[in-house]
Amino acid sequence: MSKEVNPQKITSGAEIVVNALIDQGVDTIFGYPGGAVLPIYDEIFKQTTIKHVLVRHEQGAVHAAEGYARSTGRPGVVLVTSGPGATNAVTGLTDALMDSIPIVVLTGQVPTFMIGNDAFQEADTVGITRPCTKHNWLVKDTDILAEIIHEAFHVSMTGRPGPVLVDIPKDVQFAAGKYQKRKKHPNNRYAPQTVPSDQLLLRAVEAFENSKKPILYTGGGVVNSGDQASNLIRKLIAESNFPITSTLMGLGCYPASGKNWLGMLGMHGTYEANMAMHDCDFMFCIGARFDDRITGKTDEFSPNSIKVHIDIDPSSINKNILVDIGIIGDIEVSIEKFLKLWKDRGSKRNTKELKSWWKEIENWKEIDCLNFNNSTKVIKPQYALQTLEKLTKKMDRYVTTEVGQHQMWAAQFMGFEEPRRWMTSGGLGTMGYGFPASIGVQIAHPKSLVINVAGEASWLMNMQELGTTVQYKLPVKQFIINNQRLGMVRQWQELLHGGRYSHSWSDALPDFVKLAEAYGIKGIRCEKPDELEESIMEMIQYDGPVIFDCVVEKHENCFPMIPSGKAHNEMILEANQPENKIEKSGAVLV
Amino acid sequence: MQKLSLKKGVSRKSAYNLRDPKNDKPERHTLAILVDNESGVLARVIGLFSGRGYNIDSLTVAEVDHTGNLSRITIVTSGTPSVIEQIKAQLSRMIPVHDVHDLTVEGKSVERELALFKVFAKGEKRVESLRLADVFRAKVVDSTLASFTFELTGTPEKIDAFADLMVPLGLKEIARTGVAALARGGGN
Repeated sequence: MSKEVNPQKITSGAEIVVNALIDQGVDTIFGYPGGAVLPIYDEIFKQTTIKHVLVRHEQGAVHAAEGYARSTGRPGVVLVTSGPGATNAVTGLTDALMDSIPIVVLTGQVPTFMIGNDAFQEADTVGITRPCTKHNWLVKDTDILAEIIHEAFHVSMTGRPGPVLVDIPKDVQFAAGKYQKRKKHPNNRYAPQTVPSDQLLLRAVEAFENSKKPILYTGGGVVNSGDQASNLIRKLIAESNFPITSTLMGLGCYPASGKNWLGMLGMHGTYEANMAMHDCDFMFCIGARFDDRITGKTDEFSPNSIKVHIDIDPSSINKNILVDIGIIGDIEVSIEKFLKLWKDRGSKRNTKELKSWWKEIENWKEIDCLNFNNSTKVIKPQYALQTLEKLTKKMDRYVTTEVGQHQMWAAQFMGFEEPRRWMTSGGLGTMGYGFPASIGVQIAHPKSLVINVAGEASWLMNMQELGTTVQYKLPVKQFIINNQRLGMVRQWQELLHGGRYSHSWSDALPDFVKLAEAYGIKGIRCEKPDELEESIMEMIQYDGPVIFDCVVEKHENCFPMIPSGKAHNEMILEANQPENKIEKSGAVLV
Repeated sequence: MQKLSLKKGVSRKSAYNLRDPKNDKPERHTLAILVDNESGVLARVIGLFSGRGYNIDSLTVAEVDHTGNLSRITIVTSGTPSVIEQIKAQLSRMIPVHDVHDLTVEGKSVERELALFKVFAKGEKRVESLRLADVFRAKVVDSTLASFTFELTGTPEKIDAFADLMVPLGLKEIARTGVAALARGGGN
């Protein structure tokens, strides 16, 4: 080969992959080897910069990468093989797409000359993952491999973050090619709008100033925009004294101890948050997307408000709810400009009306919607979460969850003071998310307390990751709210299907303490309310992984609840209210 | 409730659109989408339509810029105004998509489609088919003693009309390209 003016190092595709990852600042890969990625694993073997975490199932790798990404703000990286390795990653990719989590998944592929031949462990990976990634690439030429990996990171992190996938055939990994260094300013065309229109911001400020019953409705976009976005929201709230609520994905962007905090909104949100959303005259939606779990019945969603929506993704605006002012922009940039504009115009607001609005909200708060009948005989799940919160809230703590009743109780009873402290599967609702996610979080934050609040059914879906926790000595705490039921399914069957509990219980549960012992870790079982505090302290103080089997009341329902097909002001506060029969039209909704 | 003084009109920079929120009648829109001509790009666009339940009435695609590797996809779709707006937003955010133009709202445009018709006819019907082809300015591109193949270019409506006339005369086969469309005038 002739020497070129710009001599670039010629290396194998596999080495290019590892170089590109190092160049991108990657310190951890979650993965599982297989035939089609052996050359890359060989390169990983030869270096020490990147730590590889061997999971026990590819789905676990992707959720762990999600936990890593969401708790750090840096992209999570996954390496899996072709065929089943790639198809097992699909659930995690979809989860990351729904919740806008930046992850980069590298998959091996059969050699280019065998693609299309139904080769061993061949699957059309880019075809299968096209609808569940932000973008994906099949790289057929080693010379462009580095460039595409750099582009993949750029796409994953730019604009609305999301999962990307790079499919690399085995011959491309073996072939020699040029390495391209990461450019400081990618000449990639992909550059979504981040700076909002001044004219629209001005209209939003006008509406903000004139509002009498305002509310801020914030979401995961605030967390994704960066910590500064949360700081600006806090500033805006402090200076305006407006009430604020948040979606499941946005918890922590405003501190739960803050005086303007109304709690989470939506299907299992607080009464005061949902009533305020329904009755407000000005709704400021920041980085949220009017999900059906938030809006309830869209026809009756907040009928009398002017709605302003800031989002980095234009397709989120006017998708479910028609808004009055839709602003495309990054949250941090937009709120900074908004704040300045509002202050320059004299920080105007209707103090008197705001006061009476707060009085209304205080009345709703008095209902004390999260109240529950505690018991001295059996642990109520709410009490378990309340106690866990009491004992851990002052600690350097990260919480992940699985999906179901325990997830909603965790959202209701645990408070988050900072963003990135709460990792949960919101959009896709993936049972089995929490355990691997807690592994990813613990890898990123080795000194912190990481708790996975789980239901026993969800937890069992990815329990194979116990091997990972043991191998890497990860002191994750698996706090299993064990009601021996698929609690949320059971609750819906009770409310919507005449109490016919079709297949919603677990008939053959393992002994979780013995399971822990089988892996050589600690198992704790707690069945009595008066022993709970002590047991939880034992879990926290133990230096190593713990499975905590918290045996709770089997038939507790999660309230408050907006039944499917109902409006915000039609919340159910407890099960025995006669008007809480759910209509057939609501039953068809999910 | 206080009325806001908002300027009317669609700006490409703003998501704000003063469409009538109560209008839920389906409309037909022609979209021109400029994309990188890379492998799988058509599957991405079509997958978006099928995955989100949008309609495709007609679709044409071909590379239009060989040096820049750009393809132009012309899609005729129908949906309520809010669906059309979603389709445009969803297309615009795809990575290989450079530009999305809604030719139906962005001023006047020309739409053309090419079609081939194979007509089997004898005697007076054969002569009539030729006569009508002349009226529609269709060209005979192939003929046997028993058949004619006509080529016709025009709006989809014109092609529909020609096809309707040819059916009783012995239309056996028809091939249509789908719509190609450009905005009128000097702007783009």
